[in-house]
Amino acid sequence: MGMQDFNLLEVERLWKVYHKTEKALDLSDPVAIEKAEAAGAVIAVRDVSFKVKRGEVFVIMGLSGSGKSTLIRCLTRLIEPSTGVIRVKGKEVTSMDAEELTAFRRGEAAMVFQHYGLLPHRNVLENVAFGLKLRGLARELRESRAQEALRQVGLAGWEKKYPHQLSGGMQQRVGIARALVQDTDLLLMDEPFSGLDPLIRREMQDELIKLQKEWQKTIIFVTHDLGEALRLGDRMAVMGAGVFVQVGRPQEIVMNPADEYVQRFVQDEQRIAQLLDKGRVSRVRSIEAHASARAGR
Amino acid sequence: MFPSDIEFHVAPYISDFVKWITVAWEPFFTAFSNMVLGMLLQIEHILVAIPWWLWIIAVTVIAWRQTHEVVKTIMPGLLLFTVGIFGFWGIAMETLGIVIVSVIISLLLGIPLGIAMAVSDRCNTLVTPILDAMQTMPSFVYLIPALMLFGLGKVPGVVATVIYALPPVVRLTNLGIRQVSSSVQEAALAFGATSWQLMKEVRIPLAMPSILAGINQTTMMALAMVVIASMIGAGGLGEVVLICTNRIDVGGGFEAGWAIVVLAIVIDRLTQGLVRRWDTPGV
Ligand SMILES: Nc1ncnc2c1ncn2[C@@H]1O[C@H](COP(=O)(O)OP(=O)(O)OP(=O)(O)O)[C@@H](O)[C@H]1O
Ligand SMILES: [Mg+2]
Repeated sequence: MGMQDFNLLEVERLWKVYHKTEKALDLSDPVAIEKAEAAGAVIAVRDVSFKVKRGEVFVIMGLSGSGKSTLIRCLTRLIEPSTGVIRVKGKEVTSMDAEELTAFRRGEAAMVFQHYGLLPHRNVLENVAFGLKLRGLARELRESRAQEALRQVGLAGWEKKYPHQLSGGMQQRVGIARALVQDTDLLLMDEPFSGLDPLIRREMQDELIKLQKEWQKTIIFVTHDLGEALRLGDRMAVMGAGVFVQVGRPQEIVMNPADEYVQRFVQDEQRIAQLLDKGRVSRVRSIEAHASARAGR
Repeated sequence: MFPSDIEFHVAPYISDFVKWITVAWEPFFTAFSNMVLGMLLQIEHILVAIPWWLWIIAVTVIAWRQTHEVVKTIMPGLLLFTVGIFGFWGIAMETLGIVIVSVIISLLLGIPLGIAMAVSDRCNTLVTPILDAMQTMPSFVYLIPALMLFGLGKVPGVVATVIYALPPVVRLTNLGIRQVSSSVQEAALAFGATSWQLMKEVRIPLAMPSILAGINQTTMMALAMVVIASMIGAGGLGEVVLICTNRIDVGGGFEAGWAIVVLAIVIDRLTQGLVRRWDTPGV
């Protein structure tokens, strides 16, 4: 097995049920599940399995409420999965005790959030160095590494500012630098650019593509925007009501939507393309444009 | 008329219980008494040792640094000066000493209790009704157990004051910690914060404005209670008011009342300034 084929992340039969009662649900029994749902249980992730190779950008796309955030949080057990197995670099995350889990979060997976999640009482430099501080690194060491990460995301010179003094785009750069400085192979991004206006979003996407060329990280990227998925993803999963409706290369999914749900996303993309090209370009042309944009990156 | 043959009194039982507890726990009460008295003496010693003009200069400088406004800067110092003019300087320092000791004890008990309530829902549901009861009870009621356990003097005054002044700092510590944005907490956890690190690095610092507001309220309530506690021999400005009231000495009562109001205003300004200073960085 070559390095390219190495599965950095493996998820097997993952479920997450939001349940009012503490009582465990037998997830192998379809009747019990139906009953629980009728009683108000929400099945946010329903029997999801997938594998992500080292260096791959895996996009999870779906409508609001389809379970994307729940799924990506289950990967580091910020939300405790109901059942299922998660493995990162062959290590079983789902069976780790509290101490192992803390070590895993510190060293193996870094996350970028839609609402940034920066510490308002700490300046930019301290925010970026926060993860290293949690690990107990000496001040000079963590600050010099944070400085380097800030340079990479184009925020050199902003170290002493506080988050509220920065624009949304800049705050998210801080969020990315904070994840970058952790030096993990796995990067989890939950709609990192959704709060930004279209121009800045585009710029951030370009920058992420550029940086990813250097890092070769394994990225799980959640979005509800097909355009973003097409630009960034090596592979993508379309998620609906807790299940992976379709998984594949983005172009394949656009050309062969598996069902009506996927078709709806694709139509949106087509409509935008038509608007941009004043209706002169066919769906196929727009797909070709995406393909060539991706080839050129 | 209510039939007197079904009257039942708990008073003797309570008195017996208190008698028992004061005897059985006598070493504890003595040790506690001595500790509080020692603290009081030391703090009063320091307060009196600082010359009056230094007090006024210090208060003025602090007010200037907090407000940068001429009137708000001069006011606290000027008010403090009138306390000396009325001849209450030493007595005011005595009151201030009891307030400071009471506030220190309140914070030592209240902040950890507030944190415990924020961490544990069980503790929260257990303590909240007690705090509610403490705040609806008239302040005089606290004099009784303090009096029963410690007799007359400054120590029962401190005890009654602590009970009365405790709830705000507990509540606002709890509230402040619970209100910390969950997205910030989630991010800290995602980067591998332990629950202790989460508390120390994220929750308490972000709850600080709320905690400081609680300290401000606790201090103000302590001052109010210290005045009332003079009824059980705590001394200070409250005692002067009490004596003047008994003598129907309106003028004297006004002077002492004025001194209390001045203390309240000065303490409030200074502790509120603290709250605002903490508020400036961050959002
Ligand atoms: N703590 C919770 N308790 C109960 N139900 C929840 C909880 N969190 C999420 N849900 C439900 O689980 C489902 C999936 O939510 P999730 O946030 O994962 O969706 P999402 O795909 O990330 O949506 P969005 O695009 O709006 O972020 C939704 O129906 C939501 O209402
Ligand atoms: Mg979401």
